[in-house]
Amino acid sequence: MDAQLFLGVFSNEDDILNATRATNAAGYKIHDVYTPYAVHGLENAMGLKPSRLTWACLAFAATGLMLAVFVQFWIGSIDWPLNVGGKPFNSLPAYLPVIFELTVLIGGLGVVFSMFVKTKLYPGKTEWVPYPGVTNDRFVIALEQRDASFDSGAVQRLWQQFNMLEAKRLAEVTL
Amino acid sequence: MSMHYSKLRKPVIEGDKALGQITDDVARTLERPPTMLWWFAFTLSFSLLVIGVAAVSYQIKVGIGTWGLNKTVGWAFDITNFVFWVGIGHAGTLISAILFLFRQRWRTSINRSAEAMTVIAVICAGIFPLIHMGRPWLFFWIAPYPNFRGPLWVNFRSPLLWDFFAISTYFTISLVFWYIGLIPDLATLRDRAKSKIKKVIYRITSFGWNGSARTWHRYETVYVLLAAFATPLVLSVHSIVSMDFATSVIPGWHTTIFPPYFVAGAIFSGFAMVLTLMIIARKVLNYQEYITLDHIEKMCKVILTTGGIVGLAYATEMFMAWYSVNHYERFAFINRALGPFAWSYWIMVSCNVIIPQLLWFKKLRRSIAFVFVMSIVINIGMWFERFVIIVTSLHRDFLPSSWAMYKPTLIEIATLMGSFGLFFTAFLLFARFIPFIAIGEVKGVLSYGRNKNRKPAIIQNSETELEAVEA
Repeated sequence: MDAQLFLGVFSNEDDILNATRATNAAGYKIHDVYTPYAVHGLENAMGLKPSRLTWACLAFAATGLMLAVFVQFWIGSIDWPLNVGGKPFNSLPAYLPVIFELTVLIGGLGVVFSMFVKTKLYPGKTEWVPYPGVTNDRFVIALEQRDASFDSGAVQRLWQQFNMLEAKRLAEVTL
Repeated sequence: MSMHYSKLRKPVIEGDKALGQITDDVARTLERPPTMLWWFAFTLSFSLLVIGVAAVSYQIKVGIGTWGLNKTVGWAFDITNFVFWVGIGHAGTLISAILFLFRQRWRTSINRSAEAMTVIAVICAGIFPLIHMGRPWLFFWIAPYPNFRGPLWVNFRSPLLWDFFAISTYFTISLVFWYIGLIPDLATLRDRAKSKIKKVIYRITSFGWNGSARTWHRYETVYVLLAAFATPLVLSVHSIVSMDFATSVIPGWHTTIFPPYFVAGAIFSGFAMVLTLMIIARKVLNYQEYITLDHIEKMCKVILTTGGIVGLAYATEMFMAWYSVNHYERFAFINRALGPFAWSYWIMVSCNVIIPQLLWFKKLRRSIAFVFVMSIVINIGMWFERFVIIVTSLHRDFLPSSWAMYKPTLIEIATLMGSFGLFFTAFLLFARFIPFIAIGEVKGVLSYGRNKNRKPAIIQNSETELEAVEA
């Protein structure tokens, strides 16, 4: 849907952290914050929940593990039992290295793939950059402005306490 | 002037840099034309690579009879090179994953290039078992896929197969880990690219990244998860490589200490290679403020530690050979130290155990010229370690009538040179086209131990690393 974004631009990590925390506490709906690097604590300041990607990772890793267990036992004991040094056909210890490797491989690739799906990033995507310099040295808070009750003056006054450089309105952004 | 905010923490990056300055510093090396020095190094490495390609083509056409192997010594130069290159790769993952989990902030200025080194080293390593197969065009037979030969499956009880899984998983995960770290930097380059072609290339490769904190939040989660995977992975890779030897019954190979011994050796040699590369790169690319003397000193400490473990492993092997009262085991080790290949054993011991003890001196750890020479000495020593383990254990086996010597042929030496050519060619291309320093990660540690235009009064329950030690 279309909405207007109200941006506040900052120049360093502490200002953006404090501004975000204050904005969130004041009850504004934060659309997103844009930073040139991962600012630690920003997810708490924005009130984001822990990512569920860890569960996706667990699911993929478990799939890899089960696949490796199944494939090795099926091949080694059922489809083509091969006598190696008189050892039992279903010898788990010998299967552990491949079980471990496939767990890591499928868990790792799966969680990366999930992240790209979830964040809607893909090769060749045309970027939407809210403010120039946001991948260099600018930190930007974007608020959603959906109705007339949004008081941009009050927001600006709040942000000015945290050394805001500039406030800006982005019209009609498709979110 | 930089002001220390904390008495306990020293800034990781020297020079009082602004955020934008880091982008400029790193991007500038990509934006200016290559220097004469770069062309010189590139020409040299590329020539080595051409020699290697010629040698490999020849031995694939004629067969591995072109090597110096014989009935007794069935593994020698080729497998030595394989283990050497896999080992080199380990430092990159240690820096990118293990030091990340241990919150070692200094890793940020070297992790990009160390990870690139890992990826390239694993490619170099992978070539050797491939050509050792003799018929490398059938290499895909090692993958367990339904086929019309039975289906005839691979043997999952063979360490050589585990090795295939370990190396290919390691390569894939390292590459993905490296690329994930690269995406935000490619977006930074995209947003400052002037030419249309560059803009398009960076747009394709940066996946539409725009610095959204919601994306960063997921990105960081995935980064931790990948680090948590890569940590046991890197330990498993060289453990499995060591099992290629340890699960056999050859005296000198059949040892339970091999996995930790190989892993320590791998990290030892990998850090030596990182130092070789970084000491050149920081000078040539002018990154002395990013890759500081403190970085070099810390890496030297890692080398000292892992080198100590390697020395302990040498001593343990000798002790166990005596203590086991196993005739063949004892002979294997006496033969190593005093037999016809004693020279290679003593090169190994001096380069890996004796000479590195000089690193106990702080003055030497902080002397760039000394550390550079040391890193090359260790690289040589670690190559010989693998040569000693492989060749001296094989060449005098159980039956004196089948004892033999081994001498590499020119083709084998040319292949080794070619692998160095590939390594340096790829690394030089990396330094030319990809940000050598992780811009985004370095920015994240910039405020570490430093006070910059901030008002501490506002920072209540802040998550940043600052501690108000100063009154």
